Amino acid sequence: MAVETTTRAKLRWGLLDVLVIVFAMVPVLWIASLSFKTPATLTDGKFFPREWTLDNYKTIFDTDQFVRALINSIGIALVATLVAVVLGAMAAYAISRLDFPGKGLLVGVSLLIAMFPQVSLVSPLFEIERQLKIFDTWPGLILPYITFALPLAIYTLSAFFKQIPWDLEKAAKMDGATQAQAFRRVIAPLAAPGLFTTAILVFIFCWNDFLFAISLTSTERSRTVPAALSFFTGASQFEDPTGAICAAAVVITVPIILFVLFFQRRIVSGLTSGAVKG
Amino acid sequence: MSISATPTGANTAVEETRRQTTVPTQRGGRRKPPLSENKKAERRLGWLLCAPAALVMVAVTAYPIIYSVWLSLQRYDLRFPDQREFIGLENYVTVLTNEFWWTAFGVTALITVVTVAVELVLGMGLALIMHRTLVGRGLVRTSALIPYGIVTVVAAFSWRYAWTPGTGYLADLFSDGAPLTERASSLAIIMLAEIWKTTPFMALLLMAGLALVPEDLLKAASTDGATAWQKFTKVMLPVMKPAILVALLFRTLDAFRVFDNIFVLTAGGNETSSVSMLAYNNLIRGLNLGIGSTMSVLIFITVAIIAFVFVKLFGTAAPGSDDGERR
Repeated sequence: MAVETTTRAKLRWGLLDVLVIVFAMVPVLWIASLSFKTPATLTDGKFFPREWTLDNYKTIFDTDQFVRALINSIGIALVATLVAVVLGAMAAYAISRLDFPGKGLLVGVSLLIAMFPQVSLVSPLFEIERQLKIFDTWPGLILPYITFALPLAIYTLSAFFKQIPWDLEKAAKMDGATQAQAFRRVIAPLAAPGLFTTAILVFIFCWNDFLFAISLTSTERSRTVPAALSFFTGASQFEDPTGAICAAAVVITVPIILFVLFFQRRIVSGLTSGAVKG
Repeated sequence: MSISATPTGANTAVEETRRQTTVPTQRGGRRKPPLSENKKAERRLGWLLCAPAALVMVAVTAYPIIYSVWLSLQRYDLRFPDQREFIGLENYVTVLTNEFWWTAFGVTALITVVTVAVELVLGMGLALIMHRTLVGRGLVRTSALIPYGIVTVVAAFSWRYAWTPGTGYLADLFSDGAPLTERASSLAIIMLAEIWKTTPFMALLLMAGLALVPEDLLKAASTDGATAWQKFTKVMLPVMKPAILVALLFRTLDAFRVFDNIFVLTAGGNETSSVSMLAYNNLIRGLNLGIGSTMSVLIFITVAIIAFVFVKLFGTAAPGSDDGERR
């Protein structure tokens, strides 16, 4: 009987699992399906394509508009991630390990920024960046991305850092290492998984942004893919851009799917801050 | 949440280790200069490590928000730069007596309340599934992360085409076609898109709370004959309360910023603009920096009020309010 109940329980959980998977996957499959449809079948209203084609992908990779936006997206997100994780790691280490006045203030400020309505920054940044001549440039987007990624980085990393066995640091210091050496030689290697997880979360955040991307850019020079998508017109002005938009959407979704497939455990632990117990 | 610096108590752990190693020394004691040097070095390192992050955050938010207040007190339309002048609170009067502003405010409030409420329920269900499922835990968690990770604009396009007559698989659900051209159905679709995208995030935050529920307690409750519902309300919910409040705070403030989905789905047509959408339109499309900034400041104040109310509710459970104690 016990066996029977576990089978039934498994079945019930299995059904719930399927429900979640369908809920999560349908919109993604739909846009992928649209991207493979031929222009003739695009408006047939069927969920799966009847005729498959790769033309939409050829179209977008033939246009400068998309390729340029993709390069911008990748470059801007990578630079912002790198800087945010380095600065965030420094601050998170200080917050979780050192005693200094002003610590509470920093934690408070980053909490405030995490909750900050980004649209409130659009108007002043628009004006300031025009004056500084960084409007519509990479740094013009990288700066706000770093700012809004920092609270995320600091919180996630502080949580990771707290789970590191700090006795090792004490031992290193007893052996004559300075605080800075203890950080570099002992703690940094232990913190690497946390850093990596944080980098993924920050990258997803930057990759995702739309508001700053359409407000602080005006040309292909620095427009990222999400922003470019909303200006997409297809190969010629008279072509329906649906297929091209869907193909571009799929291209920028692929890295996210890969991250999620390979690093599900890390992302979940990063977001729940319940990382590996030290 | 302590915004002011309160080094004492905030670092009990660090304080304790120090006390152990420096028993004979008083604070700043001069008899043992090496230790005091050590403390000074620690302070200096602490400031040094935090300075870059703090500088960037303050430079990119504090200064602009102050500048934004300054801009909001001026008549400043980039199409008529000659007419730029200081006009005091006139912009605020203009915005606060404008019906578009209040419509957008109502839409934003509606979307915030409905989506956060639905997400709390769905997110709790999803968190329970991800936490307790007997089969395919990895698979469920992986697929739940996809809505979280996907670019909002991409998801929004998927929903838009799903409801577009002729193209979409969902368009026929409404007999009169074009649901994205009606106000009520547009709002419903915007909320659906928001809920789909952010329920997993809510669920992950709640799952962090679920992980804190002691298994023994649940077993003990079962032995005492508690039903599943009783276990949920009497054992799990109380333990999860801080996690629930954190999740609610983050999601509420995030929902209040709703922009991407509306931009793609309706572009604010049929009175579906949120306050962010309206501010963006005045600013980037209308190039009216004065009015746009005024809206920015008003949104900032609203968010600050929401945050303040939540923090009052939190008490000491605020995230990061006390970092040293949980080691």
